[in-house]
Amino acid sequence: MEETAAASDIVIEVQDLRKVYGHHVTAVDGLSFDVRRGEIFGLLGSNGAGKTTTVECVQGLRTPTAGTVRVLGHDPRRESGALRGRLGCQLQESRLPDHLKVWEALDLFASFTPGAADREVLLAQWGLAEKRGASFASLSGGQRQRLFIALALLSRPEVVFLDEMTTGLDPAARRVAWRLIEQVRDSGATVVLVTHFMDEAERLCDRVAVVDAGKIVALDAPRLLVARYDPLEEVVFTCETEDLEWLLRVPGVGSWERRGRRVVVHGTGPLLAHVAAALVEHGILPDDLRVHEPSLEDVFLKLTGHTVED
Amino acid sequence: MRALLKITWVELKLFLREPTTLVFTFAFPVVILFVMGEIFGKIYGQGGDEPRRLMFRGFEPLDYYVPAYMALVTASVGVIMLPARLTAYRAGGVLRRFRASLVPIWAVLGSQMLAASVLGGIGSVLVWAFGKLVYDVRVPAAPGAVVVGFLASAFAFAAIGALLGAVMPSPRAAQGAGLMLFFVMLFVSGTGPPIEVMSDTMVRIGEFLPLTYAVEALQDAWNGLGWNWGDLAVLAGITVVAGWVALRVYRWG
Repeated sequence: MEETAAASDIVIEVQDLRKVYGHHVTAVDGLSFDVRRGEIFGLLGSNGAGKTTTVECVQGLRTPTAGTVRVLGHDPRRESGALRGRLGCQLQESRLPDHLKVWEALDLFASFTPGAADREVLLAQWGLAEKRGASFASLSGGQRQRLFIALALLSRPEVVFLDEMTTGLDPAARRVAWRLIEQVRDSGATVVLVTHFMDEAERLCDRVAVVDAGKIVALDAPRLLVARYDPLEEVVFTCETEDLEWLLRVPGVGSWERRGRRVVVHGTGPLLAHVAAALVEHGILPDDLRVHEPSLEDVFLKLTGHTVED
Repeated sequence: MRALLKITWVELKLFLREPTTLVFTFAFPVVILFVMGEIFGKIYGQGGDEPRRLMFRGFEPLDYYVPAYMALVTASVGVIMLPARLTAYRAGGVLRRFRASLVPIWAVLGSQMLAASVLGGIGSVLVWAFGKLVYDVRVPAAPGAVVVGFLASAFAFAAIGALLGAVMPSPRAAQGAGLMLFFVMLFVSGTGPPIEVMSDTMVRIGEFLPLTYAVEALQDAWNGLGWNWGDLAVLAGITVVAGWVALRVYRWG
């Protein structure tokens, strides 16, 4: 499945990308990946892992120290003209002048690209129609994000870069932002999502590159990453009974441990069904029996040796 | 080019929405003209030829100050407003956003310089109108030379402002440096005390500051001494050097 993507379906090609700042600060240390047309591709890593630098090299905003970058078949640094209007960017931690009004922002950025999308349609689509006369300073965090997405989509781009777009949003606004990101992809654009949120990458991305210390340590669909790096399921239940050694004889069970009143069983296969049957057989009927599905967070911890916040 | 004009237009609108900058830029030169007019216009204005020969380079006091304050407006816009704006845009990521949209550096700096020149023009007209209505200053002797002198002054200070905006690390630093430069120039460039009462040290300091040349070029054109090519050349040189360095050292983020 990995090798079947036709060359024309590759929109971004990065090979052995290296970026060294000054003489010895290596931000990106030999990254390679492809992004396919129509997918949401995630760059997942903690702050300072090299995600933003990578994306800036791909956008042509920085010159790589070494390696090659092709975007829609062009070198983004030397052939930026050929890519004008074909890339859209929502930038990390970027503001607009406080007194700039919403419609003026769209009008201004539309003047930078010929053939810009209909501004009224964008305003309506991103829920900013009533805010068209509001100043940037008066917008909420979510409204600002929507404005930035609308600005990124003005040129009807083929590839959209979204850098840490849900940072600083409350949980409800994040969920709205996730829907917006899917909406961007559904409108036909390829999305490159830079994030340090596991749940965001797991929920949205078709494929995720886990970036750590300037290198890609794993790249695949979130589900496959989980299956490959953390195949062990966990079944958890509460039980006071001391002697549970018979659990090891249950099909699929690899080990078990006690965490306070909780018992955690590790294993593979249809673990829950087997454990449930065995518990019933031993006359134990816990009312909180459940499966803990391994998540991208567990994979990340396993691959990098630290959590994303460290 | 379209981007340049569009940013300029938006910048002018944004300027009108900032009352403090607006008041300082437009009211300050008029207020200080009023002060000088009340002091020197009243004392020396009707005093016959004697005081005029001694001070104000031989001109009527208000014909000394009105062209000087036209230059002062361009200095205020250039060294105070422009660097503060450029550094605030850098700190806020506005510049990175422009850059991501492939707006060239020259369009960003050029639009700021153009907007600054337009604002300087409006401020100059206000100064002239106030001088005309309240103190009945003379009709400029060489209007063409006044316009060219104004433009040379506006471009020179816009270029200095762009340079400050390019090298200053933060909006706070830019504001401090801009205000410092502005007030030093105000006192030693002929826009404060008349040049005849300044000490040699003050005059020497003034010779190193661009406002001195802008003031002299405009005063000469205003009062019939014609084109001061030396001063205009200094201003053009400042524009070219500061503008070139600003483009070279400019940082987006």
